[in-house]
Amino acid sequence: MTADRVSYTLDSTLETVNNAEQKAGRIAAEAGFDDEEIMKISMAVREAAVNAVLHGNAYDPNKKVTLAFERTPRDLVIIIRDQGKGLDAGMIPDPLAPENLLKTSGRGIFLIRSFMDVVEIHPSQTGTELRMIKHVRGNAEPKEASQ
Amino acid sequence: MTMKSSTRQVNGVTIVDLSGRITLGEGSVILRDTVRDLLSKGQKKILLNLADVNYIDSSGIGELVSAFTTTKNQGGELKLLHLTKKVHDLLQITKLYTVFDVKEDEATAVKSFGA
Repeated sequence: MTADRVSYTLDSTLETVNNAEQKAGRIAAEAGFDDEEIMKISMAVREAAVNAVLHGNAYDPNKKVTLAFERTPRDLVIIIRDQGKGLDAGMIPDPLAPENLLKTSGRGIFLIRSFMDVVEIHPSQTGTELRMIKHVRGNAEPKEASQ
Repeated sequence: MTMKSSTRQVNGVTIVDLSGRITLGEGSVILRDTVRDLLSKGQKKILLNLADVNYIDSSGIGELVSAFTTTKNQGGELKLLHLTKKVHDLLQITKLYTVFDVKEDEATAVKSFGA
């Protein structure tokens, strides 16, 4: 099976956040997701882009955000990478804990995990790679086809 | 893409009619400035009408929380009115639905504010 892949290199700007969200919405629609799933996918990408632009690259004009979409028959795979110091996901407080409910930030990764089927965070000294997968409907639990 | 905000007074309650997107950037700033402006003028009974807010991101959620706590800390009350399904669902999964006082009817909401 072949996969369709497209990638973009984007500036560390607020415009990139909106741009990434719009691209995700369009590609999710082309992949056949329904309206609610398109909203979830585009919102997850928006939140990931916010993390990359703000927390990763800190709006540094010399640093770029790369955004890639890969379509397979089973999945939509989205990879977003920044050039920041590397996100330590273990240090992000649980936004649902009572003591954190009224915090004004810290919900981005939680929302991404809520909206996507698989979320992997790969931090390094040269940046963070966030890999998200949304299964094409009916493939939430992929199984080998029986003969 | 942008958010619009307008205010009106009903029986001592300031109703803020918001429309558009409450997201990082302009939308969040407009909400923040609107609430700060009301509080600075002593208008501390605030009802945010979200009927026409079709999208909100984590920054927007944070701004709603900030508006809520800032108003409360100044002895006021901030309530939400007419949530769209998207906003309702977001507040549910972030466990904020029970933190906010959410109303579905404007007249009832206005009456619910203390003296």
